[in-house]
Amino acid sequence: MKSLCAKFAAKLAAQGIAPERGPDAPLIGGLDAELTWNREDPRTSLLSGLFDRLSINSLVFVRPAEPYRTILDFLASRNPNAIRPEDTETRTFLHDIPVCREFALSAMTGLLERRKVIVLPGRGIVSCGTVSPEQGFVSVSSAIFSTFVLFFSDYLNRARRNALDDEYIKTFSRVVRLLPEPRQIPPALAQGPFRDEESVVSAMAEAGRKVVGFGLVDSFFGNISYLLNGTIYISQTGSSLDELNGCIDPCPLDGSSTNGLTASSELTAHEDIYRRSRYDCILHGHPKFSVIMSMDCERVDCPSRGRCHLDCPECRTVDGVPVVPGEVGTGPTGLCHTLPPAMAANGAALVHGHGLFTSGEKDFNAPFARLLEIENRCRELYFERLSEYV
Amino acid sequence: MDELFGRTGKVLHIDLTSGKAMAEYPDDAVYDAFIGGRGLAGHYLRPFADREYSAPELPLLIFTGPLTGTDSPTSGRGSIVSRSPLTGAMCDGSIGGGLPTRLKKAGYDGLVITGRGSVPCGIEIDDNDVRVVETSLWGQDTDAVLHALEKRLPEDTSLACIGPAAENGSLLASVAVDHRHGGVRGGLGLIWAAKNLKYLTVRGTGDVPVHDPDALAQANEAIVRLTMASPVLMGRHGFSRWGTPALLDLMNSRRMLPTDNFQKTYFEHGAKVNASALAALCEPRDHGCLGCHIHCRKIARDGRSLPGFEALAHFTALIGNDDPETAMAGVDLCGRLGLDPVSAGSVLACLREISGKDYSGKTLLSALREMAEGGDSGQGAAHVAQVCHRPETAMTVKGMELPAYDPRGGYGLALAYAVSTRGGCHQRAFPLSHEVLRKPVATDRFSFSGKARIVKIAEDTLAAADSINACRLIFLAAGLEEYAKALTAVTGKDWSAQSLLETGERITVNERRMNTANGFGAADDDLPARFFTEPGTPGGGIEIPPIDREAFLQARHNYYVVRGLDKNGAATPETLQRLGLDG
Repeated sequence: MKSLCAKFAAKLAAQGIAPERGPDAPLIGGLDAELTWNREDPRTSLLSGLFDRLSINSLVFVRPAEPYRTILDFLASRNPNAIRPEDTETRTFLHDIPVCREFALSAMTGLLERRKVIVLPGRGIVSCGTVSPEQGFVSVSSAIFSTFVLFFSDYLNRARRNALDDEYIKTFSRVVRLLPEPRQIPPALAQGPFRDEESVVSAMAEAGRKVVGFGLVDSFFGNISYLLNGTIYISQTGSSLDELNGCIDPCPLDGSSTNGLTASSELTAHEDIYRRSRYDCILHGHPKFSVIMSMDCERVDCPSRGRCHLDCPECRTVDGVPVVPGEVGTGPTGLCHTLPPAMAANGAALVHGHGLFTSGEKDFNAPFARLLEIENRCRELYFERLSEYV
Repeated sequence: MDELFGRTGKVLHIDLTSGKAMAEYPDDAVYDAFIGGRGLAGHYLRPFADREYSAPELPLLIFTGPLTGTDSPTSGRGSIVSRSPLTGAMCDGSIGGGLPTRLKKAGYDGLVITGRGSVPCGIEIDDNDVRVVETSLWGQDTDAVLHALEKRLPEDTSLACIGPAAENGSLLASVAVDHRHGGVRGGLGLIWAAKNLKYLTVRGTGDVPVHDPDALAQANEAIVRLTMASPVLMGRHGFSRWGTPALLDLMNSRRMLPTDNFQKTYFEHGAKVNASALAALCEPRDHGCLGCHIHCRKIARDGRSLPGFEALAHFTALIGNDDPETAMAGVDLCGRLGLDPVSAGSVLACLREISGKDYSGKTLLSALREMAEGGDSGQGAAHVAQVCHRPETAMTVKGMELPAYDPRGGYGLALAYAVSTRGGCHQRAFPLSHEVLRKPVATDRFSFSGKARIVKIAEDTLAAADSINACRLIFLAAGLEEYAKALTAVTGKDWSAQSLLETGERITVNERRMNTANGFGAADDDLPARFFTEPGTPGGGIEIPPIDREAFLQARHNYYVVRGLDKNGAATPETLQRLGLDG
């Protein structure tokens, strides 16, 4: 258990969510018969009480690194009870992020009895798991991603409505200064076409690691696939793209096997993209500015507003890249219905509030380069659009 | 009386000796403590849990939950509960179809059936009209009984019955519910036969009042969204398309498909009998319980029900059969005879290992008929192995035959099998969800690290699920967090994931104390020796070593610690007091 706690503390640091060392390094506790923590800290005496009061086996406490710290504290100050992002991760998995004003056992317990992750303004984020510290890691990372998207989306919307106040402008300015510089040069990945399963799996693992390393997806989001001889090799559901060894499922397109039971929830969309196109590989990331721009719409009085993720009636693009509605998976409003035609026609598509898909032939070099290029263009486009209003 | 939400407030006691029915109105505190379904039935079972299965006072309990009959997704379920004739432990079966919904709509949260009819009888419930009637259907197989009742009763009536296996005293006797929704294990069908009860019919036309329909709609939206995002449930390879046989390829590729009576863990003919092969053979259509959008049941073009994964695997890999039609015929016959196909398959495998003889289609069916006649083979694998002087061939826990997941392929599963209150059961903690299906996150399936606490929390979760009566499968997508909102909306009482877990803990410990009173101890919380001494089948880069005995015992010790049990697996006085079970 202790090694798992250490592993996810390291992953939080590697993602830039928290510092690796010092007082703000992540605190992760795991309980089997006995409670262990990844490191010593005086706050564990209080946090340990949560294990007595909640049916959990793990807990993650993080004082986020910048700019997430500033974003979280700001949003918590504006939303006294709960922060409600509108991206897909929040809609599907988080629902909302309650705000806890006190670093006190009873207050935290009351909220964590009902929700996966809570924010403590000025102190950090707490999340729990019933199976593994990975659950807390996923929830914290989801909350960081969602609040980042909310902060930038909300700022642009307010600018458009001329509804910004001084505090928001000042905070935004500080956050923008703290943003890391975008990566510009894509890596050189293994060259295809790949002729056997071993080469495919190796190329997928390499591409997955680089997508995470370039910050184009948080490690457990996104998916990746390659088509070889009528079989799709695809990352498993909930797998970390930087840890794909042993987490790739072979799924024959002819339906002769159901090994895809553990495959990514987007397998159906990948299958249909391959059926409709000449492509051999697909990358799916959640680059933050791509997601922000996928949700940006000037039609404030649109009758479909609030349902954009389900049935946006417009043929929207972001700098030529189509934006389609669709929820995770295969339901009647699932992206499996909207994404394949857009991808077949364009080789890249954004799903509203969700993420970016790119495809390529032979190997992952072209789709990776396009993923990076679109994200960087979305980042530029965001500030271009903002400059029209402020 | 204040308006009740999510429950009728009425439990119907039916005494088959006198033929009389009497309503009881339990206190709020009872509902708060045990919710409904499996939990509430356990409350009614406990005072009589030490009775022999043939004792008239041992109750047969059929209970619904607060979500049953509402719009909450997958909540058209209920529980059949009593003391298992097979194991002597408490036992429950989750049932679907339409019966639980109709029972609730008839105005009853549950039935407590006691006594013994002087002649074979049926119970017929039509809203307030409750009748115990003499029947001439004794001796008929389940299809014949259900078809005969369907001809006579209104179309919106639900039906349950037992078959010849129960009448002949087989400890593997099951219950057929609405033709395809029984799956009751532990020999609970025999309780019906002991009461001379052949069938139950229920028609209910009332409504189940919901406190806040708008809040329920919101909760439902979140649950359905998570279901749609689940590859296991709704994906192209998932249960909605293929039924639970979709698991067969996965279990095989993970080298945890029990083969040749658990002597191997890989079936080389898997592709001949997988979900795809079965679909090609049977051209199935979808079928589901009332109120379910997953529709995991599949009906063949010829009207037979396709086996679920556990039955399919046990009638193929476990007995070395690579012919899907033979498996279909075997499972179908189990249904008609009223035999639990999982236990029946396990007995066949045990006999095959002992005799060294393979089955043909003909000998397979004849072995099943023999099992339903109540002889040695109808008394379960542990009994068969004992009388053949080969006790090591019985793949059972607490006397219940193991389902189609090899514990060497998942150490949480190994622990869950061992400590399950109903014996060889993977559904008490369903570790498959994280050890194989990666939900809510993946865990290391070859490690006991953390598994004691995980198993304990999962047991509590599923005890709550079985008591609010939502389908266990949906917990591969949604969680108690989402269902607590639905329950709050339905009942008007404030539930949280944590309060549901605490109630689930009470329900589980209540079951364990019944087992303790019946003499179950640490020696029964164990696995067959084979799993500690023989490896599984390696391949695909996976090694399947025997389970380390010391590591298993340490994990079991850890489980006892986190569950609040003593060294013999009995709940400590402190635990009972904390859970309000010391009275």
